[in-house]
Amino acid sequence: MPLIELTGIERVFTLGDSVVHALANLDLSIEAGAYVAVMGQSGSGKSTLLNLLGLLDRPDAGTYRLEGRDVTTLAPDEQARVRRERIGFVFQSFHLVPRLTAAENIALPLMLAGIDPVERARRVGKALEDFGLANRADHRPDQLSGGQRQRVAIARATIMQPAVILADEPTGNLDRATGEEVVHLLETLNARGVTLIMVTHDAALGARAGRRVVMQDGRKIADG
Amino acid sequence: MKPVDTLRFATRAATGYPLRTFLMVLAMSIGVAAVVVLTALGDGARRYVINEFSSLGSSLVIVLPGRSETGGFNPVNAVTSTPRDLTVEDGQALTRAPAVLRTAPIAIGTSEVVFNGKLRDVTIVGTTADYLKLRRMDLAQGRFLPAEEPNAAVAVIGAKIRSELFGTEPALGKVLRIGDRRVRVIGVLASSGQGLGMNADEVVILPVAVAQAMFNSNTLFRILVEAKERALVEPAKTQVESILKTRHDGELDVTAITQDAVLATFDRILGTLTYGVAGIAAISLAVAGILVMNVMLVAVTQRTGEIGLLKALGAEGAAIRNAFLAEAALLSAAGAVTGYLLGQAGAFALRTAIRVLPAYPPDWAVAAALGTALTTGLLFGVMPANRAARLDPVQALAKR
Repeated sequence: MPLIELTGIERVFTLGDSVVHALANLDLSIEAGAYVAVMGQSGSGKSTLLNLLGLLDRPDAGTYRLEGRDVTTLAPDEQARVRRERIGFVFQSFHLVPRLTAAENIALPLMLAGIDPVERARRVGKALEDFGLANRADHRPDQLSGGQRQRVAIARATIMQPAVILADEPTGNLDRATGEEVVHLLETLNARGVTLIMVTHDAALGARAGRRVVMQDGRKIADG
Repeated sequence: MKPVDTLRFATRAATGYPLRTFLMVLAMSIGVAAVVVLTALGDGARRYVINEFSSLGSSLVIVLPGRSETGGFNPVNAVTSTPRDLTVEDGQALTRAPAVLRTAPIAIGTSEVVFNGKLRDVTIVGTTADYLKLRRMDLAQGRFLPAEEPNAAVAVIGAKIRSELFGTEPALGKVLRIGDRRVRVIGVLASSGQGLGMNADEVVILPVAVAQAMFNSNTLFRILVEAKERALVEPAKTQVESILKTRHDGELDVTAITQDAVLATFDRILGTLTYGVAGIAAISLAVAGILVMNVMLVAVTQRTGEIGLLKALGAEGAAIRNAFLAEAALLSAAGAVTGYLLGQAGAFALRTAIRVLPAYPPDWAVAAALGTALTTGLLFGVMPANRAARLDPVQALAKR
């Protein structure tokens, strides 16, 4: 059973009079533990695809099965629960809460899941250790470097031990060396079994993935 | 999300924008403080008036001619429409009532007083010797009207009349012309100020018979009755009414009011005034509530990206709504508490500045102010919180 299975996905946006097919008749199947790069130019539908996979957006037609379960028709609160427990997001602009410390940012998903503070502190402490952020725990995002911020974001994405990490241009705001470091970190996680789906338009980065899905005008034009 | 985490998250959000939070708390606290201070002022005035009235002698019954209440159909009413006048004899008759200590008739009018070429219009009060004690007045000089000579051509004058007519000269023993009569000044009242609607410093008191002859009338303006003690005011009132009813051919055509009734009226008027100022001050609370809404709407816009992130991290709509509601509640609560303290400090300052004014805010006003602040804050926080909860995560994440 594939981890992710999309069949006949359609996503249509209406902008004024024009109708844009952001995704058109898309079928996609991703096995657990895969490392997939979604590539394409801007406007090709790759971000829309990532939003759909992350249950942030709903398709206009088609079905999305996650771990065998049809999640397309779930109620918003049930989708939130799936996001919380099975999906981790890493964004290009990090999306850390500016007034919270690194430790508090990492703890956000645990807090939202209602896990008790003692367990929370234990898991956050371990994550800070694992991601080399132990001496940055009480720093706010504006006191951290770009690479440290993205590491905080990745720590946050993995703290709930999700089945899949969705990374949207995770190196887009980082210099080459730091970007390399972040990608390496993501690949390490992938090597431990977490499915990694990364949107990028950087061909070099895409080349490292085990599988490349190339998008154009809302259609998959290459896969493999 | 656990409630304690929601509260903590909201607190961090509130303290994360200190200037905004300070201004919001300030606005809300001004509203609450205004209610507390203004009701303290209103209620203080009410208590002050009640205290002053009680010290004036609260065992008084005031009898006035005519009936101010409708008493249903009475055959006598059908025959006579004009009430009988109150007379001096009525007043004397009332003295015999067991609960009555003393009575004083009052005839009132205005006339010209002339002394040494100086002329002045004054209020003439015609009464008897008991008036002085009954009204708890003091004499500055001389003596009051003699009880044994009801027709003596003598006058007791108010302090201001004395100084205007005589200046530094002695007034006692001098003869004044009042209207077409000449009277001898035998006493001067101590300066006392306002009382029962006339300024006691500006009256000339004559024996009631002299005053009535001057005004060519037999009627009285009022009869003042003092009960033997405070507890006997109601019996005295009943007895007064029954005596006058008998004397007036079985028709109760007078009104007897007790000081308690006057007090109750003042109490009601000033109480209503307090409610009024509380209401006006509460408008500022409603304004503060709208400010809460505005501030929270701005917060939702400011933190759109954060809301998107929380949704991506798996926050349900309810968790986000509660976080924003908690923040609105925190802002209003902080404002309410600060305002309460400010208001109490203001009331304390009032009491220190005006020592005679017992300016304590009434409990109901404090409760209402705090309640209104919290309710409006929460109520006006609902709309922004719902807006935050309904944000589309994709669009919210796109904003920063």
